[in-house]
Amino acid sequence: MSQLKDPVHEGDNYQGSLDAPLVLVEYGDYQCPYCGEAYGVIKQVQKHFGDKLCFVFRDFPLTQIHEQALAAALVADFAAKYDKFWPVHDALYEHQKRLGNDLYQSLAHTYELPMQELVAEIQDKTAEEKITHDFKSGVRSGVNGTPSFFINGEHYKGPAEAHALIATLEAVLARA
Amino acid sequence: MADASAARSILAAGTQAPDFTLASGLDSKLTLSSLRGNPVILAFYPADWSSVCGDQLVLYNQVLPMFKQANATLLGISVDSVFCHQAFKEARNLNFDLLADFEPKGTVAKEYGAYASALGMCERALFVIDKHGVIAWSYLSPMGENPGADGILNALEKLPA
Repeated sequence: MSQLKDPVHEGDNYQGSLDAPLVLVEYGDYQCPYCGEAYGVIKQVQKHFGDKLCFVFRDFPLTQIHEQALAAALVADFAAKYDKFWPVHDALYEHQKRLGNDLYQSLAHTYELPMQELVAEIQDKTAEEKITHDFKSGVRSGVNGTPSFFINGEHYKGPAEAHALIATLEAVLARA
Repeated sequence: MADASAARSILAAGTQAPDFTLASGLDSKLTLSSLRGNPVILAFYPADWSSVCGDQLVLYNQVLPMFKQANATLLGISVDSVFCHQAFKEARNLNFDLLADFEPKGTVAKEYGAYASALGMCERALFVIDKHGVIAWSYLSPMGENPGADGILNALEKLPA
């Protein structure tokens, strides 16, 4: 069973407490339709476990097949600077079929993100460092596609469905 | 319980990699030994277009910069024809060669022990070949499972400079 090589840390985008008994890490791509389906699944899982679960999202954009994957990840990471990562992350998945500049501008407006800075950030390659770091940590941890999940550091290879994830997380919680 | 995979065997580390020449495009061929001097990654896979293969090759395409850091060349090999490979490469935007082990079918795969005779397709098997042409690492994946890239990267890191 492959392990998460880069443990979760304060620099990650996470919901809940990093000390929660359950830590679920997703490596995802904003343009991946399976990640789009997993978005709703994660919401169900979070509702089920409440504060017993910490959810971490890491970027794994497959830019060679998804032309908006990198831009969308940059927009979400930019929003993180203004404590708006999660609403923007959610909006990107909820409007996955509309990924593109019009959507990013609309999100910047809704969440009061400075548009000029956002454009500069997207053009500035240094902003991609966090995304590249996430991607490499995923590859080294055995991520073989998106979405990929790790539960308390262990690669979860079951289906990305709520009942299967909840059952596995319940079992891990029972052992904790 | 032993499964069918236990009976299959691919060439192991320490074996000289059998040389071959295969079509890499409509008018091009590639000979393995021409790449001597740098590491080579051979990724045998069952078929273009099947979903697991697509995911695996799309992943490797995205990981190419990490392979290139080790000066390694990635080659995909299946029994599909050059026409099929060309369409698949264009559809997935793949930036590495797909070799056609097409006629006589599966000849190279058989030499590496990576041919599933009952299915008439390559196994999903990985080989990392060192700069001297010797297999440094090999891995036979369950056919329906995408093996990821971590095993390849670990093997490349362990190659002597």
